[in-house]
Amino acid sequence: MKIAVASGKGGTGKTTVATNLALTAAAAGSSVSYLDCDVEEPNGAVFLKPEITETRPVEVSIPEVDQDKCSSCGLCGQICQYGAIVPVEGQVLVFGELCHGCGGCWLVCPTGAITESCRETGRVELGTSGEVHCVQGLLNIGEAMSPPVISAVKDAARETDLLIMDSPPGTSCPVIESIRDSDFVLLVTEPTPFGLNDLKLAVEMVRALKLPFGVVINRSDVGDGETVAYCRQNHIDVSASLPDDRRVAEAYSRGEPACKAMPEYHKLYEDLLQRIARGDKQRRDGSREQSS
Amino acid sequence: MPTEPAELVVISGKGGTGKTSIVASFAALADNMVLADCDVDAADLHLVMDPKVVRRENFSGGKRARIMSGHCTACGKCEEVCRFDAVFFDGPGNGRVDKTFRVDPVACEGCGVCAWFCDYDAIEFASVVNGQWFVSQTRHGPMVHAKLGVAEENSGKLVSTVRKAAGAIAAERNMELVLIDGSPGIGCPVIASITGADAVLIVTEPTLSGLHDLGRVADVVAHFGIEPMVCVNKWDLNPEIAAEIERQAHQRGLKVTGRVRYDRAVTDAQVRRQSVVEYQDGGCAADIREVWSIVRDVVSE
Repeated sequence: MKIAVASGKGGTGKTTVATNLALTAAAAGSSVSYLDCDVEEPNGAVFLKPEITETRPVEVSIPEVDQDKCSSCGLCGQICQYGAIVPVEGQVLVFGELCHGCGGCWLVCPTGAITESCRETGRVELGTSGEVHCVQGLLNIGEAMSPPVISAVKDAARETDLLIMDSPPGTSCPVIESIRDSDFVLLVTEPTPFGLNDLKLAVEMVRALKLPFGVVINRSDVGDGETVAYCRQNHIDVSASLPDDRRVAEAYSRGEPACKAMPEYHKLYEDLLQRIARGDKQRRDGSREQSS
Repeated sequence: MPTEPAELVVISGKGGTGKTSIVASFAALADNMVLADCDVDAADLHLVMDPKVVRRENFSGGKRARIMSGHCTACGKCEEVCRFDAVFFDGPGNGRVDKTFRVDPVACEGCGVCAWFCDYDAIEFASVVNGQWFVSQTRHGPMVHAKLGVAEENSGKLVSTVRKAAGAIAAERNMELVLIDGSPGIGCPVIASITGADAVLIVTEPTLSGLHDLGRVADVVAHFGIEPMVCVNKWDLNPEIAAEIERQAHQRGLKVTGRVRYDRAVTDAQVRRQSVVEYQDGGCAADIREVWSIVRDVVSE
């Protein structure tokens, strides 16, 4: 089962929930992978401290132009939507960081002057933290687009029973890439006006992707009651409520997972895993009934 | 002679460190300023600014392909050339074929290659409106903000649009400062908010995650030729790490603009739709005032 942990607002506790879920599942004997899809600012390794066994570069396609073969027809510049290939006086300029790798320019070139080449945009690191298989991605400094590195993280994952995808914050393309093929999304929020505002955006996002989801309310005793009311009014399952515990914040600051620093948190995460598994089973049984 | 307004961008690397809360307080303390909320896919600043919208504009980040099923011959060329797994063979039948091809609008990258190579003119490739941006009045001055459509791309382009509009208003009205609330991360929306800015403040938190992320975002800011300032928010959650962050910042030659303590009043103020400096004088509000006086001096240099 693939569980994505996302949010909307940053800093609500995605990595906290994702790493603790992975550790709890491993302790219960499941084969589990933790994928850090926040390739711009990955933090899972701060808590899981994996032993890295392999590093792979992530490459993206860019055009390479043989200026001698170029007939200056200008078609490459016309087809490109991103300003990444620009015919100018006597030559064709390529701006690799703007290229989306669509292949249009080398497909359209009538003289074969443009070929597909590649450049590095980031890297993927594989390792293990105890029984948890870990994959993390890192976008190179100065690069703008994270989806290719996120996609590489997912491709590098082992086929374990449980995959936990720790996503970046927000609701746009990096998050979409992280969560789109998951079986269930956990939206982690905090019960404050900012948290609720962004949760609503995140709910719209998972609904647009037609993914089943639940909400985890972190630091549940701060802020106001609007988030709980919103979930109730919209028939959204609150999969777990985690209290505002300064000990958790302090352990977090030191890079210590909550369920290791405070063993009583194990039960909270075990209950959450069971709740998610029950929901998943109900959906599968439901769709089996529908198709029989 | 009017001088050009200075741009101060507040970013964080790690999410949730308190950018927006601090920007809201800076807005209350600054004179002569235009606000820009460049966190376009999860904008929150408006929740404590009470903006009155005076102008609303559509934003088009790019184009999208749409197969007109009536014209499709199911030749499959579109699926063959699409590099983004956006074309599916599950569209409705027409008179000639039982099934046609269909573009998934979420996966479509807007490259136009399918439309270019379709031999039957069956693919429409047109601009889409994928967000909106607004010019508003607030109690602290004008504010430009935006909303990117859910599951949309090209937030960098919308960020640039918001920034440019805020700059134009500031220049028009002879204002000194454009104060920009940035987004978390280091990718295109952050890059779009910092390139060419006069000053960047990184708000971080006293955690190992915050320290790690600060390193990366500071590298990105340096990559674009700017020396950022650093401020540790909620410093008392871990004074040792707060001190370590400041030590590493000094080592890199970055200016440390002071620290702000953890204070539940920030949330209490937010629930009342206010910035914390409007809600109280003491506690973290006093810390933010001090940070602002340092930041303001750096920006006006």
